[in-house]
Amino acid sequence: MSRLLELSAVELAELFRQGELSSSEIVDSFLEQARRWDGTVGAFLQLDAEQCRAQAAAVDEKRRRGEKLGPLAGVPIAIKDILCTAGTPTTCASRMLGNFVPPYDATVICRLREADAVLFGKTNLDEFAMGGSTETSAFKLTRNPWDLDRVPGGSSGGSAACVAARMVPLALGTDTGGSIRQPAALCGVAGLKPTYGRVSRFGLIAYASSLDQIGPLARCVEDLALSLEIIAGHDPRDSTSYPGEVPPYRTLCKQPLEKLRIGIIPEQLEQIDPAISQAIREAAKVFQELGAEFREVSLPHSEYAVACYYIIAPSEASSNLARYDGVHYGYRTDERQMAERLAEERRLASAGKSPEEPDPPLVRLFRQTRSEGFGPEVKRRIMLGTYALSAGYYQAYYLHAARVRRLIRQDYDQAFSQVDVLLGPVTPTPAFRIGERIQDPLAMYLFDLFTVGANLAGICGLALPCGFTADGLPIGLQLQGPPFSEPRLLQLGYWYQQRTDWHRRVPPRLRSESSPAGVSSNR
Amino acid sequence: MGISVEEVRKVAMLARLLLDDEELQAMSEQLTKILDYMELLRRVETSNVEPLAHPLELVSVFRPDQLAASLPREQALACAPRHDGQCYLVPAVLGEL
Repeated sequence: MSRLLELSAVELAELFRQGELSSSEIVDSFLEQARRWDGTVGAFLQLDAEQCRAQAAAVDEKRRRGEKLGPLAGVPIAIKDILCTAGTPTTCASRMLGNFVPPYDATVICRLREADAVLFGKTNLDEFAMGGSTETSAFKLTRNPWDLDRVPGGSSGGSAACVAARMVPLALGTDTGGSIRQPAALCGVAGLKPTYGRVSRFGLIAYASSLDQIGPLARCVEDLALSLEIIAGHDPRDSTSYPGEVPPYRTLCKQPLEKLRIGIIPEQLEQIDPAISQAIREAAKVFQELGAEFREVSLPHSEYAVACYYIIAPSEASSNLARYDGVHYGYRTDERQMAERLAEERRLASAGKSPEEPDPPLVRLFRQTRSEGFGPEVKRRIMLGTYALSAGYYQAYYLHAARVRRLIRQDYDQAFSQVDVLLGPVTPTPAFRIGERIQDPLAMYLFDLFTVGANLAGICGLALPCGFTADGLPIGLQLQGPPFSEPRLLQLGYWYQQRTDWHRRVPPRLRSESSPAGVSSNR
Repeated sequence: MGISVEEVRKVAMLARLLLDDEELQAMSEQLTKILDYMELLRRVETSNVEPLAHPLELVSVFRPDQLAASLPREQALACAPRHDGQCYLVPAVLGEL
């Protein structure tokens, strides 16, 4: 494996600026790695080598002419395929948007282009970001580079897998209930869910608007800091984006640590895989050596977080996904077949042989389009949300969940009055096997118990690699902090990575020089 | 508290989904299991708690009311499954096809 693939985005940007490496060399190395491995890992939905090379050549030319270069100049970054890229298909891993080419860029994409980054392909995800294993993608399976029989997590599974497999140093994901932190943990990379409002959501195809947030995944915390600095900031096109200044995250994360109080929730460590609690305790020791002081705290309503989340998120989804009607863009059912079927139903109804009144044609167009365009998990969440918002159930479900949401937020406020950040697990177990949970939606939802709280409360969270199980599966830790405490999380993460090398470990398969011989189960 | 196949059928209409008998059955079973789990929330006393719909709880955000260019028509129509260059085309809204 080329040494260049091991460099961080910050290092690559520096070498490019100094003239040590051209962007074409950098991009070619990562393209070669993707050519060798993505057939096995399946992280990308699209990766257009020519488009990547053209961007690299353009930034090389910019450097040659002595023009001012952006902070990510020459460095490739992969993009979760839920972020709109003008002129490049953006599918949300759904048949519904299988042919959708956005006419505009998401704000984060504009900012990456201004930073002279090379947009390096669109990554796989759970359909419309609904799932925790990337298995609900309508298009392909993504495998965990550490164990090809296991899931990469989700929904940003493609972004986490391509960073772990050294196909790219940096990627963007989105996090509605853990979708950046959870795949980062399962793939042994770092991932940041910024505070709600920190990053503009314009051009992020909406799943649950009060919870969605865009953030970076990388191996090194400094790369997260640099990319957050680029993508964060107010945007007049997103009225929920935060108007405050963007701090210099990259400089701040390297500041010496002052004495910090870290909270730990003892119950959390009792209910999870012992290897994970052991790894978190070891990580706590490292933070102690770095000068942190530990206190036990509690989040009394955390046991309700999953139930609360799976009412609120599907409710918002049912409303957001109402836009897929087969009229404005995206998939539309075959109208001729639809008309024939409807005519047949009318004949049956007028002959008194069918109890049901056939739909008006436009209604049938919507229903048939949506039923063919959406996969099972998306339909399930639309149904759940429609039910929770429907007359007679709104108070018992949505409104009650919204009240519980405030209690969850108050728990965090209370905890952050005693400590600066919380340390805990990201997931209760390491990566599970492909196919193991997909038939049991509730089991899949319960896997989110440690991540949904941050989204409900709108706070920020950082996942970091902190060890491995006996089977060699990555373990992640989570640091959560109050709104806009990203500098502190990144600073703790930066110093943790100075003391540990978990983030430098390479999946064993990738170390072999020969090309992969397809998927097998010999580990 | 479960959700019957009949209720699932009604909700599917509200959600503009069309589910066949097998899907209706599976959906009823899965949603029942999920809603049973949600019963957990009944243990939380919330009568004196204000709902939190949004983490920011911002007051209305205003911007100057200025004219700005919008998406050109041909670009807006480019992604549409059926159009006539001017408008989106749909089947009859009322009555027969």
